[in-house]
Amino acid sequence: MSPPLPRALRPKPRRPGDNGNGRNGQNGSTVAPPKPTVKDHAVEGTASAIGWVEERTGLSPFLRGFLFRKVPKGTNWFYTLGSATLFAFLSQAVTGVFLAMYYEPDPTRAYESASRITNEVFLGEFVRGMHKWGSSVMIILIFLHMGRTFFFGAYKYPRELNWVIGVVLLVLTLMMGLTGYLLPFDQRSFWATVVAVNINASGPLVGPYLADFLRAGAEFGPTTITRFYALHMLAVPGLIIALIGAHLYLVAKLGTTAPPWLKAEKKDLLTEEI
Amino acid sequence: MTRRTLMTGTALAAGGIATMAFALPGLGFALGPIFEDTSPTRWQDVGPEDDFNEDTYVPRVINITPDIGDAGKTTIYVRTFNPRRDKVIEGQDPQPYVAISTRCAHLGCPVRYIQASKKFVCPCHGGVYGFQGQVEGGPPVRPLDRFYSRVEAGRVQIGDRFSLNSDLERFAPRDPSNHLDGLWQYLYPSRPTT
Repeated sequence: MSPPLPRALRPKPRRPGDNGNGRNGQNGSTVAPPKPTVKDHAVEGTASAIGWVEERTGLSPFLRGFLFRKVPKGTNWFYTLGSATLFAFLSQAVTGVFLAMYYEPDPTRAYESASRITNEVFLGEFVRGMHKWGSSVMIILIFLHMGRTFFFGAYKYPRELNWVIGVVLLVLTLMMGLTGYLLPFDQRSFWATVVAVNINASGPLVGPYLADFLRAGAEFGPTTITRFYALHMLAVPGLIIALIGAHLYLVAKLGTTAPPWLKAEKKDLLTEEI
Repeated sequence: MTRRTLMTGTALAAGGIATMAFALPGLGFALGPIFEDTSPTRWQDVGPEDDFNEDTYVPRVINITPDIGDAGKTTIYVRTFNPRRDKVIEGQDPQPYVAISTRCAHLGCPVRYIQASKKFVCPCHGGVYGFQGQVEGGPPVRPLDRFYSRVEAGRVQIGDRFSLNSDLERFAPRDPSNHLDGLWQYLYPSRPTT
């Protein structure tokens, strides 16, 4: 059973004797119903459009369960950190798509195209700035969200799997940070990536091969930047979107936890009845 | 076997084959660069023999990756091999010039030669190397890499890079941070790309 609609959205029952013209049907006189207003048309049109989709998809119980689910007492602003992270990701996705319209992932042109975005494209500096600073905001929000989950004990049974998915999402987000850092292709991003790839190379046995994979060879070459670009805008975001879906499904399925300072009310139900 | 298990098995097998048909070539396409050496040996001219001496290093810029502009260039330090002071390893022909790579053996930052102290110093994490490129301080795990060298018609030419262990014995080129001494060296094998 899906939870009930909130009160404001429930249809109002007709009052006794109410025939719709507000005159309580006195004297039994038959009065022509009033002309429907523009608002009535709008409401009816929307309702029938929604009904058309609903009849063909059956989405309503799912959406109602997701949007109007019950949350525990004591739910507070800390519980919005997950949504904040989601919106930070959406902001990165949208600004990233627009940056890709001007950016050229080529070792001889990347720096020029990035500085053209900043200096010449209308609002380019603003959009690039949102993407750059938004990446840090997203990582900060993830750690706050993770801290909330940890300190509220919300990772415990039955939500362990959601914690694991969240950790994978954290690692993927850090990979976004690593692969995105090379793309401006200035001195700082180049050398930071050299160091980052060599840190990967320091892993025993697989490390050197991992570094070769990231560089597409033994040295930074013509295809290193395109490789980072493909990982940054196709592979990793695809995985992130899929895992966010799983993360949200489990949140809706399992519900959220009450804050730890709220003790369960000792109901009479819990006392033994003789 | 029932008709149902046959149909289920056929459907699964067909799906598996169809997936592998694009996944395996795609994976090979992405992983291919791990298994091939795409940089053939190129000898690069760095100047006449008179430019170099035994007592100090002369900086030169060579191109280790073509076609990517400045990102493919690197600085090296070159001096003449000194048979009285430099170690000669048995079974390994000494190079006529000592051409030191500026790639720090810790994590790959560019080191700089300081003539006053005759040391190579890394700006990132404080690695210090002596005149031979051997580690004298900081986090690096092996001496600075070197390049093969030769003389053609009075001009000095620089070839491939190679790595050295702490005894200055020659190895195939490794990435920074890869050990070449003791038991550690077995954790960082030579790769097909180099």
